[in-house]
Amino acid sequence: MIKRPFAPWRQHRLARSCWRLMALALLLPAMVAAQPATPREPLTFESPAEQARFQALAAELRCVVCQNQSLADSNAMLAQDLRHEVWEMMREGHSDEAIKRFLVERYGDFVLYRPPVQANTVVLWVAPLLLLLAGAALVGVNIYRRRALLDSEGEEET
Amino acid sequence: MSRLVPLFAFIALAVLLGFGLRHAGDKSELPSPLIGKTVPDFDLPSLFDPEARYTPASLAGQPWIANFWASWCYACRVEHPAITDLANRGVVRVVGMNHRDTREDAAEWLDRFGDPYHLHVFDADGRTSIDFGVVAAPETFLVDANGIIVFKHIGAVTPDVVENEILPRLERMGVEQP
Repeated sequence: MIKRPFAPWRQHRLARSCWRLMALALLLPAMVAAQPATPREPLTFESPAEQARFQALAAELRCVVCQNQSLADSNAMLAQDLRHEVWEMMREGHSDEAIKRFLVERYGDFVLYRPPVQANTVVLWVAPLLLLLAGAALVGVNIYRRRALLDSEGEEET
Repeated sequence: MSRLVPLFAFIALAVLLGFGLRHAGDKSELPSPLIGKTVPDFDLPSLFDPEARYTPASLAGQPWIANFWASWCYACRVEHPAITDLANRGVVRVVGMNHRDTREDAAEWLDRFGDPYHLHVFDADGRTSIDFGVVAAPETFLVDANGIIVFKHIGAVTPDVVENEILPRLERMGVEQP
């Protein structure tokens, strides 16, 4: 193997990406500033149990802005607002169900990671079961056929 | 025949995935559960006059447009000409629902780009926006004279949305087009 000669272009490229990074770093505060500056105080919890309840609830709710993150994970502005809303409703003594209903009334079933079983979600809930049954039936038929084949071969031999 | 089964399975899968791909774009736009419901209750100050307050009751009687916007929102600038055009037609009151903004920034934005709104409502903490199910500004709601939400548009309003969605609905409500 011939050792590769020193490649100035590689260094060049590296330097260029460094510059890009620096430019991005300069732009970043401007991008952050594009969001309104209304500071939210971090949520405080009275007990570990309350915190656990909050986190379990937030993990089950979808962030509507960034649709593949949960409300617990997202740092989007709306997610922060909604976390605050959930926290406040918990403090006011609302049940988990009431809090979920509050969000579904505004954002639709989509906010729930576990959608309720209803007319438009039946396929979602039943299809896996049906597929499993279809697969089992297929395997069963195959086994039955092969066994019949083996049996008939065995009969021929004797 | 049974050798063709994988081929059929492949075609079926390809059709299914193709269908999914074609409709992939639909998913980002969530259907609003608020269509056909009464407009959420609010009691908010005017953007310019903290003393003046607006409620759904004070806006009822004629249809109105709730246009959620903010000075920090890029798409609000994109839709600005279409909103201005809609407001200038004089067929419906266009209410600017300023969302999570400051009075100063909002006023500066309106000065710079022009103020299309008939009324200015100021939702500083975004609480009313949550009640409207606003995910991100801009979002636009058409409310009829009885305070029922009849249409919602997510994202920048285009001339096409004004022409084909908002104006026909206003016409059906019996609003006279000039």
